[in-house]
Amino acid sequence: MRSLIDILDLTTEEINDLVAVASDIIQNPAAYAHKCDGKILATLFFEPSTRTRLSFESAMLSLGGQTLGFSEASSSSASKGESVADTVRTVSCYSDIIAMRHPKEGAPLVAAMHATVPVINAGDGGHNHPTQTLTDLLTIHHEKGRFNGLTVGLCGDLKFGRTVHSLINALSRYEDIRIVLISPEELKLPSYVKKDVLQKNNIPYLQTTDLEAVMPELDILYMTRVQRERFFNEEDYLRLKDSYILTPEKLANAKADLSILHPLPRVNEISVAVDQDPRAAYFRQARYGRFIRMALIMKLLGIQ
Amino acid sequence: MIIDAIKNGIVIDHIAAGKCMELYQILGLGDLDCSVAILKNVTSRKLGRKDIIKIDRNLELDWDVIGYVDPNITVNIIRDGEQVEKRQLKMPETITNVLHCRNPRCITSVEQELPQVFKLTDRANRVYRCLYCETKAGK
Repeated sequence: MRSLIDILDLTTEEINDLVAVASDIIQNPAAYAHKCDGKILATLFFEPSTRTRLSFESAMLSLGGQTLGFSEASSSSASKGESVADTVRTVSCYSDIIAMRHPKEGAPLVAAMHATVPVINAGDGGHNHPTQTLTDLLTIHHEKGRFNGLTVGLCGDLKFGRTVHSLINALSRYEDIRIVLISPEELKLPSYVKKDVLQKNNIPYLQTTDLEAVMPELDILYMTRVQRERFFNEEDYLRLKDSYILTPEKLANAKADLSILHPLPRVNEISVAVDQDPRAAYFRQARYGRFIRMALIMKLLGIQ
Repeated sequence: MIIDAIKNGIVIDHIAAGKCMELYQILGLGDLDCSVAILKNVTSRKLGRKDIIKIDRNLELDWDVIGYVDPNITVNIIRDGEQVEKRQLKMPETITNVLHCRNPRCITSVEQELPQVFKLTDRANRVYRCLYCETKAGK
């Protein structure tokens, strides 16, 4: 039995296979409509989510399976003080696979250690969110047709945004990747990610606070939200939350085939005026999330 | 300064200077009812300066804990005045219920019955990280 807790749990070949299966699902959805007949996905969401929970449920329903679960901790026995281990031991009796989101870092790993069915980490606080990274990779593959030879700009909260850390980790496996890190000083990429991932893999990177200056170089611009829940100090959040707001004017010097990604939800870091720009790929990205999760559910259930 | 040689017991030698109290506390040596000698800043040909702990009794020690504090430590077991064993230590791959994760966002902060497990992630720099949230162990 296999779980997915961290994107590093997957080999490059496995990621490429998932992207290939997801791409085939997009082309031939009918061929997959009954792959999970009789299977049940439990979505255990201890904190709110729109895209992730619904995309998991949509993925399982699209495969012919069914779903059950809860969408906030208050509607589960966690509110009575039940441990993660006991919750998943119980839910393992009622389902074939579990997708879990939890505000505490490491909770899905604890779940995977005690569940008798595969567990998918659907986000644990600011820690890991491997299915977002898989979604990002499928989006890049479809927008660009390749993973190699790309200059990828990551903009916003690069300190607490582990989505960014996971994506850098995943991209570092491919060739001829260049990373441009755009953030305020206070939200720079942690030095251990630079050292352990970028420098270790000889990935060229540039750090800057000036988004417009580097815009012409980018093939992909990955915008992130400054997340209120990651700050202990409200003042710091308010000071930093609007550091970067992407507008049509700021895109004036961007490449014609730039792809703008964002894990969503956005608050105001991308102006709604950008939504009409064909380079805005973030809603297409949300759509890809469903297909990659279909591929992942099949893989973890051992279904070809 | 002269400290009597021990007849039956343990000599923890080659402790990096300044580290002996950390080891003393982490091994719970303060709870023993036998003599424990702590020698700080002893001249050493190998290290320049070192700390030594002598325990006047044989007891089971957690080798992983000692290896975590300082893998260069050597432990000598003494019986009837003779050294019967000299043990070289190494950094353990994981260490359980010795360190506590300080990350308030970690699952261990709310589920206190979970074992506190740290894993070695960077041998060269002796970095241990929480198994659950990957926060670096603070010493």
